[in-house]
Amino acid sequence: MLGTGLLQGLAVTAKNLVGSFHDPARLPTLEYPEVQPQLPEAYRNFPFLVSESAEDPMGTLRCVACQICEKECPPQCIYIEKSKDKKPDAAGKQQIFPAVFVIDTSVCMSCQICVEVCPFESIKMDQVFAIATTERFGSLLLTREQLAKPNSYYHQIHPTEAAEVDRRLAADRQAAEDKAKAAAAAKSAAPTPPAKPATGGPAA
Amino acid sequence: MILALLLITLLILASAAVAMVLRNLIHSALLLVLSWCGIAAFYLWAGAEFVAFAQILVYVGAISMVVLFAVLLTRPARDAELSVPAVTVLRVAAGLMAAGMVASILGLAVLTTRFSGAATRAPQLTVKDLGALLAGPHAAALLVTGVILTVALLGAVLIAAPAPAPRPEDHS
Amino acid sequence: MTPAAVPPDRWLELAPLQLRDWVTGFLPASLQWLATGLITIVAILAVFGLLFAYLTLAERKILGRIQNRPGPNRTGWFGLLQPFADGVKALTKEDVVPRQADPVLHYLAPVVLVALSLLGFAVIPFGRHLVAVELDAAVLYFFAAGAATELAIFMAGWASRNKYALLAAMRALAQLISYELPLLLAFVPVVMLAGTLSTTAIVAAQGGWTLGVLPHWFVLTPWGFAGFVIFMIAALAESNRSPFDLPEAESELIAGHLTEYSGFKYALFFMAEYFGMCALCGMAVTLFLGGWQAPCAALECIPSYAWFGAKLLTLLLGFIWIRATLPRLRMDQLTRLAWKFLVPLALINLGTAAFWSLTAGWTGGLQLVRWAVALALVAGPFVLLGRRLSRGVAPRVYRYASS
Repeated sequence: MLGTGLLQGLAVTAKNLVGSFHDPARLPTLEYPEVQPQLPEAYRNFPFLVSESAEDPMGTLRCVACQICEKECPPQCIYIEKSKDKKPDAAGKQQIFPAVFVIDTSVCMSCQICVEVCPFESIKMDQVFAIATTERFGSLLLTREQLAKPNSYYHQIHPTEAAEVDRRLAADRQAAEDKAKAAAAAKSAAPTPPAKPATGGPAA
Repeated sequence: MILALLLITLLILASAAVAMVLRNLIHSALLLVLSWCGIAAFYLWAGAEFVAFAQILVYVGAISMVVLFAVLLTRPARDAELSVPAVTVLRVAAGLMAAGMVASILGLAVLTTRFSGAATRAPQLTVKDLGALLAGPHAAALLVTGVILTVALLGAVLIAAPAPAPRPEDHS
Repeated sequence: MTPAAVPPDRWLELAPLQLRDWVTGFLPASLQWLATGLITIVAILAVFGLLFAYLTLAERKILGRIQNRPGPNRTGWFGLLQPFADGVKALTKEDVVPRQADPVLHYLAPVVLVALSLLGFAVIPFGRHLVAVELDAAVLYFFAAGAATELAIFMAGWASRNKYALLAAMRALAQLISYELPLLLAFVPVVMLAGTLSTTAIVAAQGGWTLGVLPHWFVLTPWGFAGFVIFMIAALAESNRSPFDLPEAESELIAGHLTEYSGFKYALFFMAEYFGMCALCGMAVTLFLGGWQAPCAALECIPSYAWFGAKLLTLLLGFIWIRATLPRLRMDQLTRLAWKFLVPLALINLGTAAFWSLTAGWTGGLQLVRWAVALALVAGPFVLLGRRLSRGVAPRVYRYASS
C-alpha cells in the first residue's frame, strides 16, 4: 500500500536514533583529543631514524649516510650531508654518520621506498597521527634530532616487524663475528700472511 | 483615524504610481503587491477583517505569484528593463481614451449607486453572518462566479497543455 | 459530548498574566495598554527565539544520532552553548552583497521574511488565557500571513542576480501555488465542524473527554486524522522543509535563494524558516490536536501552556525525524503529489466531514455505522488513488542493483 515504504524508512531511522544511545556499533565516533585512536600495527606514515639507545640517540644512529634513500626518494624530500670523520656505530665498527639528515614532511608522501631501499635497517615508518604545526616552514622540516627515535619505540609501534628486524640484524652481526673469528683463526693458522690484507678470508 | 486613512491612501496611490513609472518589471510587480497590501490595510481600517485577510491571501499570496511567474517566464531576467519606445501623440491619445473610459464607468457606478446606510453605523458583521449571507441570499451569484472561474481555469489548462508526447523516462 | 465543567484556574495557569499585570502596574494607566502589547511581543519573541536556537541544536543532535554520530557536543555542556556560538559567528561574518544584485530588495528580503513569519504567532492560543490577539477570522489571518512569506523568498532569489537563486525563487513560487490549496482545504473541515474561524473557539470546541480519558480532539475522528496528515504534508512543503526543500536544494542549487547571502542575513533566513515551522506546527496543534487541552481529565492540573508546548515539540521532532529519513522530491513529483493526490483527498475529506457533521445526532448502533462510513470514506480513496497513481512506479524495481 502507498505509504508503507515511508513508514519502513522512518522505522529504520528511529532504530538508529534509539540504538545510538545503547549500542556502541551504532555510535562508532571517537571523541578524538580525549580518546586517542587505536591504530592498527600496519598503520604507517612519515619515516624516522632508528637509534640503538634512547640515552644517546645521535651517537647510536644506525644510519651510515650512504645516501641511497636520498637518491631513491620520489618526491626528493630527504637531504643528507655525510660527516667528515668516522665514529663507532653500535657494533663498535668505525662508520661515517649523517652530519645533516632532514626530511621535509610537507613533501614526504609516506611511500615507504626509503625504508625498502635502506640496507642498514636504519629508517623506518612512524605512526605519527597528528602532525599539525603552527607555521609552514621550520616545523615541517624535521632535523636529525627530531627524526631519531630509539629502537624501543620501534618495538612499541611495530612489534612484529621490529622483532624480525632485530633477528635479522643479530644474525648479520653473528655472521660478521663468525667471519671475523674465522679470519682470525685462518690468520693465526697461517703464520706468514699472504698479500691479502684483512678482508677476504678463504671462507668468504 | 482620518490620519491613518490618509496614510493608507497615500501608500496605495504612491506605490501604484511608482509601479507605473518604473522600468523594471519585477520592481513594478512588487510595488503592485505593496499597493494590494495597502488596500487590505484599508479594509482593516474600515473594520472588514475577513475581506482584508482574504485580500491578502488571494492577492498577495496567489495573484502576485501568477504575475511574477508571468514576468519571469516571458522574458529573461536580464532584460527586465523594458525599452519603451518614445511617447507619441497616438500613444497619449490611446492612453487618455482608455483611462477616460475606465474612469467614466467607475464614476457612473459611484454616482448612480444609492448609499442607503451611509449615515448610519456600519453593522457588526461576524464571519458567520458573512458566510450565511453568501450561502443564502447571494448563493446564486457565488455559484455563477465559481462556475465562470472554473470554466476560465479549464480553458487556460486546455490552451496551455501541450500535445501529450510519450517520454520514455517518465513512468506515469 | 457535554463540555467539561470549567476547572478553577490554578495560580500556575494564571502566573504569566499576573506577572505581566504586575509589571504594567508600575506604569501610569494611560500607558498600560502599550506596555501590555509590548510585553506580549517580547515574550513571544523571547520564547520562540530561544526555541529557534535550541531547535537548531536539537535538529543537529538528532540528525547526528540518526546518522550514527554524536552531533555538536563541544561548546558548553553537551553542546548547549552551540546556538550562541553560531549566532556570534553569524554576526561577526562579513556581509557580502553582490555587485550585480538589487541592493534594496536584497536587503529587504530577509527582513520581510522574518517579519511575515512572526505574524502568525499573534493568533495562536498558547494556553487557556494566552493568546496575543483575539480575531474573529484568526485562521484566515494566519494563512494570509503565511502565504506572503514566499514572496520574500522570491525577492531574495530574484534580487541576488544569481541563476541558482532565481531557479530557487521559481521553485518556491511553484511550490507555494501547489501546496497552498491542500493546506487550506485540509483545515476547512475543522472550520466547518467548529463553525468558527477563531482559534480560541476552535480549541474550545475540542474540549471535554469521553469517560474522562478520550479527548475530543479533531485528530481522533476519521476526517480529522486525514485532514491532519494532509495538513502536515502541506505544512512541510510550506515551510520548505525536507523532503520538500526544493528551493534550497543543496545538491543541485548550491543553497538556492541563500546562495548570495552571508552573515546575519543568512541566519535570518534560517530564523524565518524555523519560525514558520513553529507557527505551522502551532496551528496544527490548535486545529487538530486540541490546542492547549490536556489529553485526559486527570492531567488537567498541568498548566495548559505546558500541554501546548509538549504537543508543539512533538510535531517539531516529527519534522526533524522526517527530514532525517526522506530524500528530496523532484519538482514534477512535488507538484504531482499536490495536485493529483492531496487536493482530491482533501476535497473528499471535506465530504466526509460534512457527513460527520450531518450525522452528529446518530446514537447507539448508528454510531458504529457513522464511524464505518467515515472510515471507508477516508481509507477507500486513499488506497484507490494511491494504487492508481503508483501503478507502474511502485514498488520500485532496481534493475541492476538487486541480484
